[in-house]
Amino acid sequence: MNTKSYKKYFPIFVLPTLLSFSLAFIIPFIMGVYLSFCKFNTVKDAKWVGFTNYIKIFTANDATFVESLLRTTKFTIIGVILINIGAFFLAYFLTKKIPGTNIFRTIFFMPNLIGGIVLGYIWKEIMDTFCQKYLGHVFGYSGANYGFWGLMIVMGWQLMGYMMVIYIAGIQNIPEDVMEAARIDGADSVQILTKITIPLVMPSITICMFLTISNLFKLYDQNYALLGFSTKTNLVAMDIFDTFYNHQSNEFAEGMGQAKAIIFFLLVAVITYVQLSLTRKKEVEN
Amino acid sequence: MSEENKSMTQGVKTAGPSSTGQTYIDPRSAKVFRIITNMITFCILTFLSLAWVTPIFLIVMNSFKKKLAIREGKGMAFDMLTKDSYTGWSNYVEGAAKVGMRNAIVNSVIITVLSVICLVLLTSMAAWYLTRVKSVVNSIIYYMFVFSMVVPFQMVMYTMSSLANMLKLNSIFGMVVLYVGFGAGMCVFMFSGFVKAIPYDVEEAAMIDGCNALQTFFKVVLPMLKPTCITVAILETMWIWNDYLLPKLVLPSEVKTIPIAIDACTGSYGVKNLGWLMAMLVIAIIPIIVFYLACQKYIIKGVAAGAVKG
Repeated sequence: MNTKSYKKYFPIFVLPTLLSFSLAFIIPFIMGVYLSFCKFNTVKDAKWVGFTNYIKIFTANDATFVESLLRTTKFTIIGVILINIGAFFLAYFLTKKIPGTNIFRTIFFMPNLIGGIVLGYIWKEIMDTFCQKYLGHVFGYSGANYGFWGLMIVMGWQLMGYMMVIYIAGIQNIPEDVMEAARIDGADSVQILTKITIPLVMPSITICMFLTISNLFKLYDQNYALLGFSTKTNLVAMDIFDTFYNHQSNEFAEGMGQAKAIIFFLLVAVITYVQLSLTRKKEVEN
Repeated sequence: MSEENKSMTQGVKTAGPSSTGQTYIDPRSAKVFRIITNMITFCILTFLSLAWVTPIFLIVMNSFKKKLAIREGKGMAFDMLTKDSYTGWSNYVEGAAKVGMRNAIVNSVIITVLSVICLVLLTSMAAWYLTRVKSVVNSIIYYMFVFSMVVPFQMVMYTMSSLANMLKLNSIFGMVVLYVGFGAGMCVFMFSGFVKAIPYDVEEAAMIDGCNALQTFFKVVLPMLKPTCITVAILETMWIWNDYLLPKLVLPSEVKTIPIAIDACTGSYGVKNLGWLMAMLVIAIIPIIVFYLACQKYIIKGVAAGAVKG
């Protein structure tokens, strides 16, 4: 097909998107890479300092970056496992023919539409109350001690429903005759689950892993609303924000924040790349 | 969470004997087994879904409590609402006035609706053009869009908000521009995936019949993209409506969206009253629940479809 006649339509079709894309992404991205090598308080007074910011991240006295990175990694790994197992079994049971499936699905999915900030504050009140009422003698009256696992509960409550919907779609895509054949051959429920259902929903599993990893690793809103800024609980995204905006006395604050952001971006890119190449391999095998 | 998982795994194991094993099982007793396991499953699910709605129930209940019945640090949020602690709608009225909730809702609605309309329209056009017209420049642009999906917001957070300030984009309409730009990556990617699946001949036929690019797109392609438009619109609505950091960094502090107004209830603007916070949380949740119940079918389909293609 001859699409040459389309060429003159570029300004109408692509330009508006491209312009706002440049403003919101391309220019800030390039500026960000440059500024990570600078000392600056505003974008205009940047001075080139080479790798100083990157070195400071790891050597400064209050170096919180590595700590928060390790915390985030631990949080992501545990979260991905728990959420996916939970979501898979919710989906598994909801695809059996039991009454009320639609209502259950509606309820489990609902928290996903509530934003991170609102979610975080809802749970903060509940966890504070719980700590004060039942654990007061253990923790004292400050409720900030639930940190890591409190955040895990919130994320489980939120993400399980989302992943469940994807697993349900995956399980429903399994042809009924495969199940039927297995049953006639004498497979019991456990065998059907492990030998047929799980292998056949592998694509859904990879998608859900991908989504949970990216949601948990980049978590900000829930972390902020539930726990506030604290070097004991900050995940990476919070740590970066904290460096940028809450340490104005440090003349290197902005530069270090930007350098942390670059490292964060590179890590996300590597994780994404590994995951995509693994997914491709799986698809070829199937 | 782990407790629940354990009980569920056990549920699977007990479900084992219900189907026919290697030895002969009387079909009638197999049926009884299945009914029993289904009942157990039903009970577990009922229990879990009650656990799922409890937080929301608690927030709604506490939003009607008097100030003294919901003080901080006393663990009073689990106490049931009584005649003495009931205060009517005052938390809603006072809280909304104090943090400017009405304006926040209007702002959130304007920003979300405009951004989503612009995103769906503009990025579907861009995706179609970039997929159909092959050239080096176009593929570079396309891959930049794809690339942007990998970049976390923190990477451009500081520079984007500085730039927005310099260019006077720190207004509601500036936010729309920024959302279109920042959301473009995923939208273009999803749309072009579906454009590739559209048969070429239809467009060719339209062109032979004398349609220009605009007519071909709006009369032939866009109607076929309708399911994708719904998916994209839902995913972007969920993102923009709930987004906190971008408006927080870009908008001046007197212009609030709902998440920022909620944040303001908790002391960052010198206001702290748990009753108000609860009431504002309820106000923030209601539009979402209404939206969800109204378009549930599309949302669930959209999420599943978006996941498969994205």
